[in-house]
Amino acid sequence: MTRPVRIGCGAGFAGDRLEPALELVERAAVDFLMLECLAERTIANAQKERLADPARGFCGMLLRRMEMLMPALAARGVRLLTNAGAANPRAGAEAVAALAGRMGLSPRIAAVLGDDVLDRLAPDLALDDGRRVRDLGEVVSANAYLGAEALLDGLRTGADIVISGRVADPSLALAPLMHVHGWAADDWRLMARGTAVGHLLECAGQLTGGYFADPGRKDVPDLARLGFPFADVWPDGRAVFGKPAGSGGRIDLRTAKEQLLYEVLDPRAYLTPDSSADFTSVALRDLGDDRVEMAGGDGAPRPDLLKVSVGYRAGYIGEGEISYAGPGAEARARMGGEIVRARLGDGFEDLRVDLVGIDSTHGRSWGNRPESWEARLRVAGRARSAAMAARVGEEVEALYCNGPAGGGGARKYLREVVGVASAFIPRAMAPHSVVEIRP
Amino acid sequence: MTPRRLHDIAHARTGDKGDTLTLSIFAYRREDYPVLLASATVERMRAHMQGVVAGEIVRHELPLLDGVHFVCRQALKGGVNTSLALDAHGKSLSFAALALPLVEDRRDAGSAA
Repeated sequence: MTRPVRIGCGAGFAGDRLEPALELVERAAVDFLMLECLAERTIANAQKERLADPARGFCGMLLRRMEMLMPALAARGVRLLTNAGAANPRAGAEAVAALAGRMGLSPRIAAVLGDDVLDRLAPDLALDDGRRVRDLGEVVSANAYLGAEALLDGLRTGADIVISGRVADPSLALAPLMHVHGWAADDWRLMARGTAVGHLLECAGQLTGGYFADPGRKDVPDLARLGFPFADVWPDGRAVFGKPAGSGGRIDLRTAKEQLLYEVLDPRAYLTPDSSADFTSVALRDLGDDRVEMAGGDGAPRPDLLKVSVGYRAGYIGEGEISYAGPGAEARARMGGEIVRARLGDGFEDLRVDLVGIDSTHGRSWGNRPESWEARLRVAGRARSAAMAARVGEEVEALYCNGPAGGGGARKYLREVVGVASAFIPRAMAPHSVVEIRP
Repeated sequence: MTPRRLHDIAHARTGDKGDTLTLSIFAYRREDYPVLLASATVERMRAHMQGVVAGEIVRHELPLLDGVHFVCRQALKGGVNTSLALDAHGKSLSFAALALPLVEDRRDAGSAA
């Protein structure tokens, strides 16, 4: 076919806004919609839910997203791909099928399995930071990054909705391009171009003016109604990016440049299961009217090994905050921090005292400033036990009656920490499979 | 006279991968790309980011994009998952980088500011 295929990205992270995806389906005539919903840690947290209940472990917002989208997807024949299956794509697909049934819809749904390699993770497997799996203590999840071929097998079943767990984010765009344009998985130039398209789309609003505005220098209209991006991709991999007419945000050369390099460790070799893409060979051109063209782009053969994210229990983080204001605010906040430090003593793996408004984001690296009107003391500590970590918030709260004058607005937080480490395994250790789910 | 900063000629975005910070900086105008290259050197960025970046800093030049891309190791207190930092991703560091003063030709500096 010589016409381009249009792929929209309706979510760039698990908690992303809901309605921009619907706008892409209803008002931008997309052929495929991708929803990227998995950060590094999301699966490990979802795995804990699955252990508690075998019917759970998929992204919490999956059903809300699908309830909103499915009628429009069905009416317009738009096919959807998402990694929101998280730690349990099969249960996610079954839950979506049940929801569709209640709504009187009957989409064909495929679950892509095989990323979960926890049962074959060798204790002596080397991690990329020099440690070994056994050094991590209690491992709760191990998920290989599957590639576009796994999603492609989902599309080939004829499924309207393809739900996976861990896949490389750009693969969500590359798979429909391979499916429609007939791209071969060993055509390294096309794999690189499709990967570049997917990389530009995968953070959704970050291509269309989100995470970009700097008032007076980089102005972005109407971020409250930010439109999410789509790409028209031709059979040779050339692509033009845009967003729904009338939506907020902007897409231009500057937004596209920032996103092209986002989280890229080597611009000459961006590695996914599908490709080693050279982003320095990509040419971007501003076509005006919120359209950017991507041309060129080359690549090398894909890596032999698959990256695996290993989640492990890493103790608990407790936090406490309290505000001081007016003359001497900083000195009183600092004093409060010293008191809490003295009370907590040793026994924390890590303990940190910040003054929000003074030094909490960048330390003291960038010089002295006039005293600010208010300072919020924040203390954070990581410990093996929940009880120990909880003491951080308790001690900050106790500054009310036992600390410096005028402390107000104390808050305390406690959360379990799942650490994530990376390893690499042979592809043969993570074969994928597809299960068709009937409503 | 206040010296101009990267913020006056360039825009930036940071990203995170584990304990590694990526930092892209792009000149708004092609004619400012040489000033960006001269100002945002590895040595100057290392000095500017002292206390933030503990490990190696590598700079990639991106002439097609009028940009430079820094990859900074050991920059995120061990990484997003277990870090106690308030901005564990280092997302706000893009604007810290843009505070770096420019290296400009003396003759230009007078007329440009």
